[in-house]
Amino acid sequence: MSILLIAEHNNKEFKPFTLNAISAASQINEDVHVLVLGSNSDSVAKSISEVPNVKKVIHVNNSLYENYLAENYTSAVIKLAESYSHIVCSANTFGKNLMPRVAALLDVSQVSDITKVIAEDTFLRPIYAGNAFATVKSTDKIKCVTIRPTSFDPAPTSGGSAEIINGDPGDASELSKFIKKEEIKSDRPELGTARVVVSGGRGMQSGENFKLITAVADKLNAAIGASRAAVDAGYITNDHQVGQTGKVVVPDLYIAVGISGAIQHLAGMKESKVIVAINKDGEAPIFSVADYGLEADLFEALPKFLEELNKLNTIQK
Amino acid sequence: MKILVAVKRVIDYNVQIRVKEDGTGVVTDNVKMSTNPPDDNAIEEAVKLKEAGKATEVVAVSVGEEKAQETVRKALAVGADRGILVKADGVIEPLAVSKILQKVVEKEKPDLVFMGKQAIDDDCNQTGQMLAALLNWPQATFASKIEVKDKSLEVTREIDEGLETIEVNVPAIVTCDLRLNEPRYASLPNIMKAKKKPIEQITASDLGVDTKPRIEQIKVEEPPKRKAGIKVASVEELVQKLKNEAKVI
Repeated sequence: MSILLIAEHNNKEFKPFTLNAISAASQINEDVHVLVLGSNSDSVAKSISEVPNVKKVIHVNNSLYENYLAENYTSAVIKLAESYSHIVCSANTFGKNLMPRVAALLDVSQVSDITKVIAEDTFLRPIYAGNAFATVKSTDKIKCVTIRPTSFDPAPTSGGSAEIINGDPGDASELSKFIKKEEIKSDRPELGTARVVVSGGRGMQSGENFKLITAVADKLNAAIGASRAAVDAGYITNDHQVGQTGKVVVPDLYIAVGISGAIQHLAGMKESKVIVAINKDGEAPIFSVADYGLEADLFEALPKFLEELNKLNTIQK
Repeated sequence: MKILVAVKRVIDYNVQIRVKEDGTGVVTDNVKMSTNPPDDNAIEEAVKLKEAGKATEVVAVSVGEEKAQETVRKALAVGADRGILVKADGVIEPLAVSKILQKVVEKEKPDLVFMGKQAIDDDCNQTGQMLAALLNWPQATFASKIEVKDKSLEVTREIDEGLETIEVNVPAIVTCDLRLNEPRYASLPNIMKAKKKPIEQITASDLGVDTKPRIEQIKVEEPPKRKAGIKVASVEELVQKLKNEAKVI
């Protein structure tokens, strides 16, 4: 049996996380088929067919799929599902919205957000925001699985030439209607995918003081994060919140400034590759997860940090 | 308009999770339990719609062990009119919860069902979408704004790229994001009043739902420990280490 992966795209190009999902899928089973539900989306089908891990592309080109609605997507996926052993997609807002709707109609108990493939029916997944990991085995005939994209390397984008076949659209749903999408346009990288994140906590003392964070973030081309305490205190909006009740981030470098390291914050950042903590309280729990801890007053340390960064000849972007 | 709100009892978000030594799960004995945080947003939104005269009744429902009654009671204390507890022991997967809620919906006939977008214990993010599928209702997941129209809702959704607005016909399922509203605290008089509000108790087997898990949990373990880091003495040393040792800047 083969594996069916549902591509995320904007009718012109596929979203980068599709490549991470494809590489996870090919660890489960090499016969990966990708379903592209789109409208005037030939370029998406073509570029996916060039991914070497992909064995077949099923392209459904229909105005029904001009915008993504879970209700419309689900019907098309269900029509194909019975010929597959697995149905997979990314565990981002696209896949989280879609997969459970598919799984319920197939009477399947979904395995969400896997970080490792152990066997074709057995997976590792974080629970309690990564404070524990569960090894789980699906006993359903069809396995519905969503993949945490940052846990898998992206598949290569060229060298393949998979067959593209035209698929049938599903039933049109009248239940919901797309109205608009407002993409956040920012020169700054997105918090969830940034290579570097600089976060401030209650120690920042005011929203105004976050400009110290912004200056360092600008220099490092970093996203700006915050602890729940800083958000609750009104220093910054909650779309910056990192933690169990905010975003989970895994950047190469995470710099925690004036953050004590409450459990719920650690849950959102402790998988980062390198963690720096700057805090004047040497006993703060954040130091227990930090690779490099600096016990210092942040109001002196941050300007100094920027000054030292400015002295460097090159900074990775 | 009648709103059913599903709430889940979970380990409080401020508690440090401990994995059981035998690897069968996490320690829940003598651990502080609370309402799943985004479920508080779901209740708040329903109560606000009632206060605005747009909803007529708010019913809180929970699926779980006897003690989940406390979670239902808390929903009553912030303004839900009555409660339902569907008793079920052991691991109840989202698929089974959604089948139970489907039966409750068929009986209660709400116009809307609200719940949190995700539970902070199993982190599955499935129940709302599954319930929508089983009922063949539209779903508006990760809602950060809800506007009630004549026979529909306009919902703003938090998605990776920013915000998306969709319109869903009523009846509908809405799963709530933390940004939807600011949940209120229950006042003492309201906590007292909530004690008099009715909670109907039924069991999953009364509803004829098979809750046997389909996913076998092989083991639960601690996340890999980070190796101990070092303290640096100065900002200069920090920058040098980041540049030359960690090679991340």
